[in-house]
Amino acid sequence: MPAEADTLQTLDELGHTYKYGFVTDVATDMAPVGLTADTIRFLSAKKDEPQWLLDWRLKAFAVWQGMTPPTWQKPNIPPIDYQALSYYAAPKGMGNGPTSLDEIDPEIRRTYEKLGIPLKEQEILAGVTGGAPADSGRRVAVDAVFDSVSVATTFRAELAKAGVIFCPISEAIREHPELVQRYLGRVVPVADNYYAAMNSAVFSDGSFVYVPKGVRCPMELSTYFRINARNTGQFERTLILADEGSHVSYLEGCTAPQRDENQLHAAVVELVAMAGATIKYSTVQNWYPGDADGKGGIYNFVTKRGLCRGAKSKISWTQVETGSAITWKYPSCILEGDDSVGEFYSVALTRHKQAADTGTKMIHRGKRTRSIIIAKGISADAGDNTYRGLVDISPAATGSRNYTQCDSLLIGNRCGAHTIPYIKVHNASSTVEHEATTSKISDDQLFYCAQRGLPEQDAVAMIVNGFAKEVLQQLPMEFAVEAQKLLGISLEGSVG
Amino acid sequence: MQAILEISDLKVQVEEAGKAILQGVNLTVRPGELHAIMGPNGAGKSTLGYTLAGRDGYEVLAGDITLDGSSLLDMDADARARAGVFLAFQYPVELPGVNVANFLRTAMNAHRTARGEPELDVLAFLKLCRAEMAKLAMPEDFLSRSVNTGFSGGEKKRFEILQMALLQPTLAILDETDSGLDIDALRIVAAGVNALRTPERGWVVITHYQRLLDYLQPTHVHILANPDGMGGRIVRSGGPELAAQLEAEGYEKLGVA
Repeated sequence: MPAEADTLQTLDELGHTYKYGFVTDVATDMAPVGLTADTIRFLSAKKDEPQWLLDWRLKAFAVWQGMTPPTWQKPNIPPIDYQALSYYAAPKGMGNGPTSLDEIDPEIRRTYEKLGIPLKEQEILAGVTGGAPADSGRRVAVDAVFDSVSVATTFRAELAKAGVIFCPISEAIREHPELVQRYLGRVVPVADNYYAAMNSAVFSDGSFVYVPKGVRCPMELSTYFRINARNTGQFERTLILADEGSHVSYLEGCTAPQRDENQLHAAVVELVAMAGATIKYSTVQNWYPGDADGKGGIYNFVTKRGLCRGAKSKISWTQVETGSAITWKYPSCILEGDDSVGEFYSVALTRHKQAADTGTKMIHRGKRTRSIIIAKGISADAGDNTYRGLVDISPAATGSRNYTQCDSLLIGNRCGAHTIPYIKVHNASSTVEHEATTSKISDDQLFYCAQRGLPEQDAVAMIVNGFAKEVLQQLPMEFAVEAQKLLGISLEGSVG
Repeated sequence: MQAILEISDLKVQVEEAGKAILQGVNLTVRPGELHAIMGPNGAGKSTLGYTLAGRDGYEVLAGDITLDGSSLLDMDADARARAGVFLAFQYPVELPGVNVANFLRTAMNAHRTARGEPELDVLAFLKLCRAEMAKLAMPEDFLSRSVNTGFSGGEKKRFEILQMALLQPTLAILDETDSGLDIDALRIVAAGVNALRTPERGWVVITHYQRLLDYLQPTHVHILANPDGMGGRIVRSGGPELAAQLEAEGYEKLGVA
């Protein structure tokens, strides 16, 4: 297939285009390597944490020590030497979280400028103005997490006026202990799985959001995760609480330097939506994917789960996963409240030797709960893409519905796509639908586009974006443009 | 008058067939001329269309193809398209999720950029596009559909003509555009083609049947055949009367089957 061979060659030529692989030269405080109860005491002390949290961490550590890593996923995860990693890395002087926006180390500020992330409130997120005049861009509040600490959070005063709390979780632990203590580990229990237990023991920073009753958050919230230091892992912990009738849209982005060794990102994200509340959580994940031979890259082992606690609440996950050497991630919804709604929209792209095992769990517990799953996998080179999902409808969840659609797009003959749905329905009044397709970018399609004057890389980007459209259109407008470009760049040039 | 298209002694091997399909084709198309290429199945009609458009896997063993005096052989398919070669497909390809309006505008802008013209903004594009769609009796909601996805046979062919109208090629090639069309759709498509027949443009129309030619009034008719199994050549050329004779007598009687 000559056109296909060309496509793969184009991919190869563009294989070194990971734009975010640079390293920031900044003095870093690091914990000594190794993981013991003392390590946990050290990092808890670094963050001035209360005793209850230290106890919680130590308990999680004990639980983790009794667990073994999961082996049921499709990708083979090489053994990780947890004693060779450092569990705390922070730019010097930033140990206690952000001071003021003006006091950020200029090197770190430059890092975020290069990444297109504004740390000044008068700037708007780079690359998202799309064609619209710059002054019409909607504002986005940013929490910037650099290795183990948050280095800046913007628009806090303005959000506070609306009653919205948006701050690093380390700060929330000090300032809002009653909320954190009540909900931490409530959605993802410590013993949920190996990586969640580990995160509970050693979590570093992440975001905390609380939206009060009836409030519609006045702007998009976002967290930007950056791994910089060598031999360290990042253990993000995020907690988002949406009180009754509130609404919030949150987005996270991720990048890391290009390194030959693998690095670990083991996150836990918990969402709680009370009655009538809506949480929209979007991810554009672009961790360093490793090189063409599979050397280096991030291990992205993430537990994300939302609890639709109240009636008519709604949690919607959208993810665009283009980076990481291995992705192990199943953003899920527990639909406890009657008439609550769970959504999962996903695009996962794997090329070179990347592997993704990703999907969702929709746990229907309330009556007339509804869920929708749209998962799109794109595989090129020797990339391997697995959709793994569970739809579980309990006896009490009468009149519930699920619709699942899993589509795979293959480029070349060495890649793989797998769809593994688990469906459990325990009552007779519920309806579950599952559709799956697998297709290839054909020579016919590429020739048709070429005959209309489109260079091959533009044609591939257009076809891939067309394939992923149902998911991309779920992203907040500002980020949809970025994600479209990212899919284009990850496969080759940008979309016309 | 300089020829738009000059095909000289063209020999083409098709990779998938593993053998030469065209064995020395000669054809000259001047501005304003419409050349119909007829012939039995397997004569190499579609191969000729694909070769002109530069499809991968259609290897030119000998001869040359020039457009406005310059050889196309070293150009990729997308560059040929931007240079003014347009092929209306017999089987237009589905591009699921790729929006018609986005596709058309991207294609037009690829052509404009190649000519050193500024890109069309959305409003200017829509204005141009709606005017051409009206001529082809295409409804507005067509623009928001996915390229060729779920189109009826008639819609697919009308969409090909719409693209031709917007891209304004120097050389237009129609590959069995009449296949899969009912009488009404055929009439609309033929009217669309006739509206694009300017004194400057050259046409190569590949067809099995005289039906389309009744509407299009070719200036020249050629019969491509594979008489000895050695590969396709043009064995008869003439005016419109040749098509009528073929329709009446069949390929066998003309000794070209």
